[in-house]
Amino acid sequence: MKKIFIKLVSFLFMFGALSSSAIAVDKLHFVVPGGAGGGWDGCARGTGEALVKSGLLESASFENMSGGGGGKALAWMIKTQPKNTIMVQSTPIVLRSISRHSGYVSDSASSGVLSYKDVTPIAGIIGDFGAIAVAADSPYQSFADVVSAYNADPKSVKMAGGSTRGSMDHLIGALAFQSAGANPNNVVYIPYDGGGEALAGLLSGETQVLSTGFSEALGAGDQLRILGITANDRSADAPSVPTLKEQGYDAYFVNWRGFFGPPNMNASDRYDIAKMLGDMQSTPEWEVVRKRNAYVNIYNPGFDFMGFLEKQTVEMTALMKKLGVI
Amino acid sequence: MIEGILTGVNTAFSGYNIIMVMLGCFAGTIIGMLPGLGPMSAIALMIPITYGFDPASAMILMAGVYYGAIFGGSTSSILINAPGVAGTVSSSFDGYPMAKNGQAGKALAIAAYASFSGGTIAALFLLVAAPQLAKVSLSFQSADYFALMCVGLLSIAAFASKGQFLKAMIMTALGLALATVGQDALSDITRFAFGNINLMDGISFVLLVMATFAMSEAFMIIFKKMDINFKASDVSKDKLGSIKLSKDEVKEMVPVVGRTSILGFAVGVLPGAGATIASFLAWGFERSIASAKEKLKFGKGSIKGLTAPETANNAACTGSFVPLLTLGIPGSGTTAVMLGALLSFGVQPGPRLYIDQPELFWAVIISMYIGNVVLLVLNLPLIPYIARILAIPKNILVPLVLFFSVTGVYLISFNAFDIYFMAIVALLSLVLRILKYPMPPLILGFILGGMLEKNLRRALLINDGSFSFMWERPISLALFIIMIVIVLLQIYQGSKKKAELN
Repeated sequence: MKKIFIKLVSFLFMFGALSSSAIAVDKLHFVVPGGAGGGWDGCARGTGEALVKSGLLESASFENMSGGGGGKALAWMIKTQPKNTIMVQSTPIVLRSISRHSGYVSDSASSGVLSYKDVTPIAGIIGDFGAIAVAADSPYQSFADVVSAYNADPKSVKMAGGSTRGSMDHLIGALAFQSAGANPNNVVYIPYDGGGEALAGLLSGETQVLSTGFSEALGAGDQLRILGITANDRSADAPSVPTLKEQGYDAYFVNWRGFFGPPNMNASDRYDIAKMLGDMQSTPEWEVVRKRNAYVNIYNPGFDFMGFLEKQTVEMTALMKKLGVI
Repeated sequence: MIEGILTGVNTAFSGYNIIMVMLGCFAGTIIGMLPGLGPMSAIALMIPITYGFDPASAMILMAGVYYGAIFGGSTSSILINAPGVAGTVSSSFDGYPMAKNGQAGKALAIAAYASFSGGTIAALFLLVAAPQLAKVSLSFQSADYFALMCVGLLSIAAFASKGQFLKAMIMTALGLALATVGQDALSDITRFAFGNINLMDGISFVLLVMATFAMSEAFMIIFKKMDINFKASDVSKDKLGSIKLSKDEVKEMVPVVGRTSILGFAVGVLPGAGATIASFLAWGFERSIASAKEKLKFGKGSIKGLTAPETANNAACTGSFVPLLTLGIPGSGTTAVMLGALLSFGVQPGPRLYIDQPELFWAVIISMYIGNVVLLVLNLPLIPYIARILAIPKNILVPLVLFFSVTGVYLISFNAFDIYFMAIVALLSLVLRILKYPMPPLILGFILGGMLEKNLRRALLINDGSFSFMWERPISLALFIIMIVIVLLQIYQGSKKKAELN
């Protein structure tokens, strides 16, 4: 009897071991291309937390690898091809590969500029639209007002943004002005060190327009009037904010965040992780993370993600060429 | 408003929130004392703990951590010349020489009293006028910040005395040059990185200050005294730890505290300035109004020279809550982390915060009084023991300083390159120090350089390339006039001294 019992138990254990190995990915290592506490860090850690708490993943570990504005982690993924490891990235990976940023040039000289094409896109999971805003006491009531002021005197409208020329904030504003028929290169863009300083610059009156992310603009509350967002439809969270599109300006831009695997990643792993990330978005554990960070879900896996990235590359290349930043 | 303040008093004095203040201050002091870990990392560490808290309690805890870390941050600058936070760099100018003279306990006590007074007086301003001060926060434009940074650079003059002028200028220029390494913040162009991916994000402040201050100082000790049994000072442990101040010393401190707490608070209210600029300005300001005799003491263990930056950095840290709470604008990395935490609680900082959520707004401000008292009570009894760190034999202390400097830098970036780079910088600065080149102008140039450049370029962009903002904007004009007056005063005093000598 005892023997049978032992056999039964060991059989059960074996079965357990087999069944868990049937799930190809049970551990994930998240590589964060920036320091602790940043946007990439919050996204990776939030995703890991939701995956583990909801039981979709057994364990998650994290590694911060800052350097080169994300280029270092990208080069590392390509060079070491780590197993069970995914890297969080966002729109700048596209922008920086377009601008042939030196951080994206690998040390092995031969391969040239590194881009998202050198790693395996798994899925985009969250997104944030761009927003054009003015101070609450600004005379501009709509984007059309801004455009007519610009047409009268291009130098009278100075546009603030939280990062360098050629960065996302710059491109959002340039896209909006381009859709109004203006030459985006003539729009005076004033770069600041972060969204907070850009907001202070706008409110101090030294700039007239702020080009930023939608969630950041919402964060400033009623000190700002958001004239339009770069989405196709109004947001459910802030239904009173108009889109640029409904005002007749065809400007669409989404800043995504998503995950990438090492080059030559196993197709089934890629599929499993993408599916896991998709399943995660309907769990209450993710809802906690999403709400905490005011993320907008945009699940965009596999080839769709790839296609989206290619389209974004083409559009942004054209825009950046016009701006003269490349 | 009175009603709001009363609700705030109620909230702040609830037993739970008093515990939060104490916890925050304690954790902040400890983390702040470790070289390399500043308020930003301390608050980032607190965020996961505060999930599920009531927003007011969470903010009270984080505010406690913030000013606690600034409070504790001066300890490592004074004792081992390792300012882990930019805001305490100028505390080391006079604090470290004092500690070297065997007055470590006194220096720490002065820092504690000054921080307490600065924090408390600033909290008073906050209580009286926080909502109205929002306008002040927005009064400075890029051009004015440029002028303010120029005034800040003037404190370099202190290191330019006695034939050292050229050396101080060379070091300032080197600091300004180092600030340009990495990706340009305005145009996305990488400068002086030499294709090295590790240099693309620029040189980190903590790395530079640890290498040029703490590590090179440790190397100097090794070079100077080969006797391994030599102790930091030959004074008795009791004297080293003594926190007694004489009546004259207190008299010397009081007016400095009064002036620099106002200065510090005002600078802290500006989102583009903050505690670091405030402490440099306060130190330079006190030096320039000091008598010719006192002036010589600055940088060599002056009580005024330690009181000024310590008061100002705490006052500025309190002042930075004005733009954070009333505008939702973070003036520093630390307040940016706090803003993120507030938003995640569903609290919307802005002009309506003190109307919509008075209990949160006022409770945070009221809790600062409790916090400052807690910090003083917590720190004073500990000072005699902490000061005795300097009684550790050098053959143990020096490796400890090196260990903490290296780990402090590594823990920020997790990048081994930084350690190699740091060692090279430390060795180079050792050579420079042996040749009698002063290090503080290098750090001043480095910290101010980035902001100087960015604000100037931004002002030029906004003004369509014209320098007219220097006299057209009243604030800029006033600051430049102050600057010219200070320079003329220095020249006048110098020539008077020469005449006396003749």
